[in-house]
Amino acid sequence: MAIMSYREALNRAMDEEMEHDASVVLMGEEVAEYDGAYKVSRGLLEKFGTERVLDTPITELGFTGLGVGAAIAGMRPIVEWMTHNFALLALDQVVNEAAKLRHMSGGRLSVPIVFRGPNGPAEYLSSQHSQALASYWVHVPGLKVVAPSNPADAYGLLKSAIRDDDPVVVLESEMLYSDKGEVPDEETLVPIGKAAIARAGTDVTIVAFGRPVKYALEAAALLEKRGVSAEVIDLRSLRPLDEGTIMESVARTGRAVVVDESWPAASVGAYVAHRIAVERFDSLDAPVEFVSSEDVPMPYNHALELAVQPSAGKIVAAALRALYLEE
Amino acid sequence: MSEWNIELGWKLRNDMVRIRRFEEKAGQMYGLRKIGGFCHLYNGQEAVAVGFSSTVDHERDYVLTGYRDHGHALAAGMEPDAIMAELFGKVTGVSRGKGGSMHLFDPARGFLGGNGIVGAQIPVAVGVAFAQKHRKSGGATVVFFGDGAIHQGAFHEALNLAKIWSLPVVLVCENNQWGMGTNWKRVSAVDDFSLMASAYGVRGEQVDGMDVLAVKDAATRALDDARAGRPVLIEARTYRYKGHSMSDPQKYRTRDEVDEYRKQDPIYLLEEKMKAAGAWDEERALAQDDAADTMAADAVAFAESSPEPALHTMYEDIYSQDPFFMGRRDGIHAMPSRNPATGRA
Ligand SMILES: Cc1ncc(C[n+]2csc(CCOP(=O)(O)OP(=O)(O)O)c2C)c(N)n1
Repeated sequence: MAIMSYREALNRAMDEEMEHDASVVLMGEEVAEYDGAYKVSRGLLEKFGTERVLDTPITELGFTGLGVGAAIAGMRPIVEWMTHNFALLALDQVVNEAAKLRHMSGGRLSVPIVFRGPNGPAEYLSSQHSQALASYWVHVPGLKVVAPSNPADAYGLLKSAIRDDDPVVVLESEMLYSDKGEVPDEETLVPIGKAAIARAGTDVTIVAFGRPVKYALEAAALLEKRGVSAEVIDLRSLRPLDEGTIMESVARTGRAVVVDESWPAASVGAYVAHRIAVERFDSLDAPVEFVSSEDVPMPYNHALELAVQPSAGKIVAAALRALYLEE
Repeated sequence: MSEWNIELGWKLRNDMVRIRRFEEKAGQMYGLRKIGGFCHLYNGQEAVAVGFSSTVDHERDYVLTGYRDHGHALAAGMEPDAIMAELFGKVTGVSRGKGGSMHLFDPARGFLGGNGIVGAQIPVAVGVAFAQKHRKSGGATVVFFGDGAIHQGAFHEALNLAKIWSLPVVLVCENNQWGMGTNWKRVSAVDDFSLMASAYGVRGEQVDGMDVLAVKDAATRALDDARAGRPVLIEARTYRYKGHSMSDPQKYRTRDEVDEYRKQDPIYLLEEKMKAAGAWDEERALAQDDAADTMAADAVAFAESSPEPALHTMYEDIYSQDPFFMGRRDGIHAMPSRNPATGRA
C-alpha cells in the first residue's frame, strides 16, 4: 500500500488509463500547461503530449459538448470542469446530449465520457463558488454519478468511470485534494454502484458521501465516547445507488441519519432518507434524521459559512435524537 | 489628445493611485489572513476603470464587471471603508459580509457587481441596457470582462442581442494578456478582439489600456454611440501585475515580462505626460500618494474594528420577504430582515 493524496490518486488513475487506452484524452481549463487549477493533472501534458492533454478556452458549454461528440465517435474523453459551479454552463450538453443519446438512438450510440472536477463548499468563496450540486446530475437517468471520499476510492472509481461505456460524473472536493490515505500498489478498480461500510457499528446508521463522510467518521468517534456504536456508510456511488447496503444496515440498527452537504430540498440525501423510510418502515425505531446544509446561498463570512454546513457536531446531535438520547 | 487639462490629469492620477494603494493594502491583508478565498487584484489595469469612470455618468449609467472588481468599485465612487470591510467579511461591508472580494455591489452608485462566473455579467449588462432603453432613462451601461471571458457563448449571444435591439451598452474587454495561467493568444482565433465586433455589425475599437487619456477618449466616443442606440465593443490592451488571484504562483510567465509592462505603467505614463506638459508638481503628487495611503489604512482600521455578521443573517437577503423556511429552525433563530437597500429611479 502506498500513501498518496486524493489529488495524486486521481492523477494516477488518469495516467494509467491514458497509458492503457489511446482513445482516452483529457481536456479542460488549465489542465495542460498549468497542471490543472488544483494540480490534479500534474505531469500528464509532459507524458502524453498536446494531442491528448488539451487546454481549452473558458467555454464550458463548448468543450463539454465537444467531449460528448468525441465520445460518440470513438474516443473516451475526460472533461475536467474547473469546478462544478461552472459546469452549470454545460448542463444542457450533459443532460440533453450525453445522458440521452443512447436512449434516443434506440441503444445504438454509446457515450463513454467522464466529467470530473471539484464539487461542494470550499472556503471564503461566497455563493457562486461554493455549491454542492450532486442532485443536478443524480436526477438524470442516463448518467452515472460517483463521489469518492478518500484517495483509494478516488483512484478506483475514476478508473472505473473512464472504462465505463456510459457518461459518468465524478464529484471531487477541493477540500479533499490534499487528504492522504492508503491506495493499493497494484491496479485496482472500485466498482460503480457499490457502497462501502466505512465503519461498522450496531446502534445507528449514518449514511454520507463525499467530504461529509469525514464528518460522519468524526461523529462516530465522538458517539463511541458516549457508548453509542455508529455504522458509517460511504455511498461512493450515487447513481446507481447501492440500496442493498443501506437497507441491510438500517435493518440491523433501526436508526438512520442521512448526511448531505447540499441544500435539503430535492437533494440526494432527501431521496435516500425517503427510500429508507419506505423500505425500512418496519424496522425503524425513530424517524430518519437528515443533516444537510442550511437552505441558503453560501455566505462569504467564515463563521457563517461553517455554520451553514453539516459538521460532526450536527451529526452527533442528529444521531442522539434518533436514539432518544438528546440532552 | 483631446481636451485634457492639468486638473483632469491630477484627478485621473489620484483615482489610479487610490486603486493601486488600496490593492496593495488588500494584498497585505490577504497575507495576514484577514481576507480569505479568491482575491483578484487590479494592479496594472487602473487606467481602464479610471478612464471609463471619468466619463461615465454615475447618476444614470450602470457599470458591471467580473470578480476583479475592487478597482471598478472604487472608480464608481464606492466607499473604501465598506469595500475593505466586505473583503474582511464584516457586516459593515458593502454586501454585509455575504459576498466578499468578488461580489461588491452598490446599486445607488450604479455599480451592479461583482460577478464570479466568467462572462456571466455580459448578458446581464445587456439586460440592464434593455431596461434603460425601455424606460428612456438616457443612461447607458458599461460592462467589463477579461480576455478569457470573451470566448464564452454568453458574450456572443449578448452582443448579438445588443445589436438587434439597439441597446445602449459598451462591452469592454480588458485584455490583460492572461486568463489565469493561459496566455490569451493560445485560446483565441483572432489576435485583435475588436474584430469580433464586425461579426455582429457593431463598431469595435482597440485602445491602449495603459494610457488613461486614450481610454477616456475611447470611452467618451463609445458612450456617445451607445446612448444613440449603437452598442460598441472595446478591447483595452492592458496587463495585470499580480497573480490571477492571491494563490497563483505565476510559473507561466517570467519576471522580465512583468517588468516590461511595468515600464508602461499607467500611472507612470500619465505622469510623464504631465511632466511633458510642464504641469508636474512633486509635492502635490506626494500629497496624493499620502492621502491614498491614509485612505487604505483607514479602510483597514474600519474593517478591523467592524463587527462580524450575526449568525441569523445567513437567512437574510435571500428573498424579498422573509424566507418561507424562517421560523421553523430550532438552532439559529431568524430575525426580521433589514430594510432592503434603496433602489434608484
Ligand atoms: C464559467 C467559469 N469558468 C471558469 C471559472 C474560473 N475562472 C475564474 S477567473 C478565470 C480566468 C478568467 O480570465 P479573464 O477572463 O482573462 O479575466 P482576468 O482574470 O484576467 O481578469 C477562470 C478560468 C469561472 N469563475 N467561471
